[in-house]
Amino acid sequence: MSRQEIRLAGSGGQGIILATVILAEAAIQAGMNTAQSQAYGPEARGGSCKAETLISDQTIGFTKVQNPTFLMALTQKSLDQYGPEVSENCLVLIDSGLSAPQDMKAKRIVALPILDTARTVVGKIQTANIVAVGCINDLLGITDAKTLEKAVLMHVPSGTEQLNIKALEEGFKLAEGHEEK
Amino acid sequence: MGKVVLMQGNEACVEGALVAGMRLFAGYPITPSTEIAEISAVRLPQEGGKFIQMEDEIASMACAIGGSVAGVKSMTATSGPGFSLKQENLGYAALAEIPLVVVDVQRMGPSTGMPTSPSQGDMMMARWGTHGDHPVIALCPSSVKETYDLIIRAFNLSERYRTPVLFMMDEIIGHLREGMELPELEEVEVIDRKTVKYPEPKRLPYHIKKGKLVPEMAPFGMGQRYNMTGLIHDESGFPTNSNEEAEKLIDRLMHKVSDNYADIVKCEQVGMDDADVAIFCYGGTMRAASSAMDEARKAGIKCGIFRPITIWPFPEKELLEAAKHVKRIIVAEHNYGQMVLEVERVVKDACRIDFLGRYNGTVITPDDLLAKIREEK
Amino acid sequence: MTVDTGDVSVKTKNMSNLIYKYMRPEHLPQIWCPGCGNGIIMRDIAQAIENLGLSRNSTVIVSGIGCSARAAGYMDFNTIHTTHGRAIAFATGIKLANPSLEVIVVTGDGDISAIGGNHLIHAARRNIGLTVVVMNNNIYGMTGGQYSPTTPTGAFGTTAPYGNLDRSFDIAGLAYGAGASYAARGSAYHVQQTTTLIQEGIKHRGFSIIDVASICPTYYGRKNKKGSAVDMLKWQRDNSVTVDQAAKMSQEELKGKLVIGLLHQVNYPEFTYAYDQLIRRLFEEREENE
Repeated sequence: MSRQEIRLAGSGGQGIILATVILAEAAIQAGMNTAQSQAYGPEARGGSCKAETLISDQTIGFTKVQNPTFLMALTQKSLDQYGPEVSENCLVLIDSGLSAPQDMKAKRIVALPILDTARTVVGKIQTANIVAVGCINDLLGITDAKTLEKAVLMHVPSGTEQLNIKALEEGFKLAEGHEEK
Repeated sequence: MGKVVLMQGNEACVEGALVAGMRLFAGYPITPSTEIAEISAVRLPQEGGKFIQMEDEIASMACAIGGSVAGVKSMTATSGPGFSLKQENLGYAALAEIPLVVVDVQRMGPSTGMPTSPSQGDMMMARWGTHGDHPVIALCPSSVKETYDLIIRAFNLSERYRTPVLFMMDEIIGHLREGMELPELEEVEVIDRKTVKYPEPKRLPYHIKKGKLVPEMAPFGMGQRYNMTGLIHDESGFPTNSNEEAEKLIDRLMHKVSDNYADIVKCEQVGMDDADVAIFCYGGTMRAASSAMDEARKAGIKCGIFRPITIWPFPEKELLEAAKHVKRIIVAEHNYGQMVLEVERVVKDACRIDFLGRYNGTVITPDDLLAKIREEK
Repeated sequence: MTVDTGDVSVKTKNMSNLIYKYMRPEHLPQIWCPGCGNGIIMRDIAQAIENLGLSRNSTVIVSGIGCSARAAGYMDFNTIHTTHGRAIAFATGIKLANPSLEVIVVTGDGDISAIGGNHLIHAARRNIGLTVVVMNNNIYGMTGGQYSPTTPTGAFGTTAPYGNLDRSFDIAGLAYGAGASYAARGSAYHVQQTTTLIQEGIKHRGFSIIDVASICPTYYGRKNKKGSAVDMLKWQRDNSVTVDQAAKMSQEELKGKLVIGLLHQVNYPEFTYAYDQLIRRLFEEREENE
């Protein structure tokens, strides 16, 4: 797979970091190289937060995302903050209901009801990050469903496995037949 | 081929340390090294080892020394402000010749600085932070895999030379998760300190065998019943005011490291065979350098990398040799200019030296380096 | 009045046995000034060890910095003279690494309650099995007579030329308040009682502290016109009350008195024991899962 520079943004507590860790794990399980890191600090506890995963079949030198090929934003605040930074070709996944900022150059935007699916279909808002992971894998084609499921199970707390697998499946469904705006 | 796993740098530090035989960790919470304490707290009792959260950084350092004195391989980990606090006891361990590993996941300073931002600002403190003359061994990993392998080497060096080894990480690698291949454990070399075979009470703990530089004393509790002190001492381990003994001791401490340069000092040279310009970097900065080198070579610039893995003692022989074959060395580090002073001291006029420092909490990017590489005279 | 010289000679013989068994004669005489109380307290420790029959090979003496700290070097055990204030922290590492060792910390008032105060309260709270013997002489002797955290208000030191303005610490009380499961006070004069208190402290499973009033005729005595070493010991004799006596006395009556005896003892799980239990539990859980 060609090099993917994935940046996920949202608010602290949405499990953004864990989502990037799972994507990194999926890449490892699929035999690719990856580098995952996150912005630490007070923003990790309530403000907007971002985390990143690089995936490549080549050796990864510099470990930070410089030109995101993919951005996901789950809150308007984080979209406003990180949206304008990405280039025209970056694929942007936003939660339904968010509106792209005026100065965002990216043209490929997918809006999916990630938070609502977690809340109403899965039944727990805390699973939004796993719903998102399902969507992202579908959009980027990182690995197959089985491998991703394994990656999810390696990183979610014990006792929550079933719930998170449901969230992942809902994420797959959500991304199926999506439309780029 | 071993199994490839996703691991964070700080986690690799603990897992490697466990393989090296660490069975005691004493620490105090501080960003960005905290995961090392957290993971140690989980893992050590699982392996029959002990974790303790001490009341402060000074106590953590003292406790790790105590653990080692009792014969258990010990480690402590911290970041900038905590590393400052550990300095006095670091000197104690160097003088009393107590093996242990001290990890510093560097963050931006001075003072509280920017706790979550990367930095390499403790490099000179690692060498000169504690008072008096003493040897230092300090290592710098530049990937998660290297963190794992190198922390094992840190323990091995500390055991072989009976001296504290400083493991100088940075936030870039400490908080990075990437894939790493786990080694086959039976292939990992683990060195244990030499101890006297018959630990009788009257055996001199700091007696040095002919042709050797490192004492071989038994841990406390084995029957040798000796004295340890932070005062200048003779081979009996008791304080002495003899100027001759003082000089002999300091000389030996220095020589046990400097005379073993070839065993201790390691560096990596990439693309240096035909390089016109070399990037000198260490730790996490290597990652930007390797991307920059690839880009530069695509653009027809013969760029190479000189990376000390052992940062103290400084790899001066290798660097001087490398400097003779390049036109320029660009020293890139996340501070206002620390190791560049060593590069200047060693290289002198052998080639031009440029400096790229970063001290605002951001990381040096490949583009920053490329711009420096392309910079006109 | 008859003098039983035989008895004296037996005592002398016993005493020299104690020295030859537990001290390092080649490093004696000690550097302490004539009349210093530290030597008496060091002997009390040796006597307590003798009474308990501890093995020298599995006993560790840890000291910090100061006059008291020199005791470690004179005693024939596993001895470590550490950095200023940090003896308890070093000792914690030794005990944790090898809980079968008997670890005794010998320290002074400045070492343990000023620079090392943090380690004292936390080791007490943790209830780690150390025995801490404080040679409390109310002054910094090694550096030449500066006031310490146990110098009484109004007393003099080279850095308290107009009288000490600080209030002073009750070290045993401090440790007790921080959670020490054994706290006692002795004095250089009260050899028998202090030896017993140290002995019981070593036997106690948990953090023990024995705060022993030492005497420093050279600095504290001279600066405060306390007379000779003998005068200072006599003062301890004449101004000490037992814990039982003190219980019946008013605050006013207790002013200027030295309360000697066991102040507090309670049983909590000792830290290294609790840790070993944790390891065992994890091992058992793993075996069950396999």
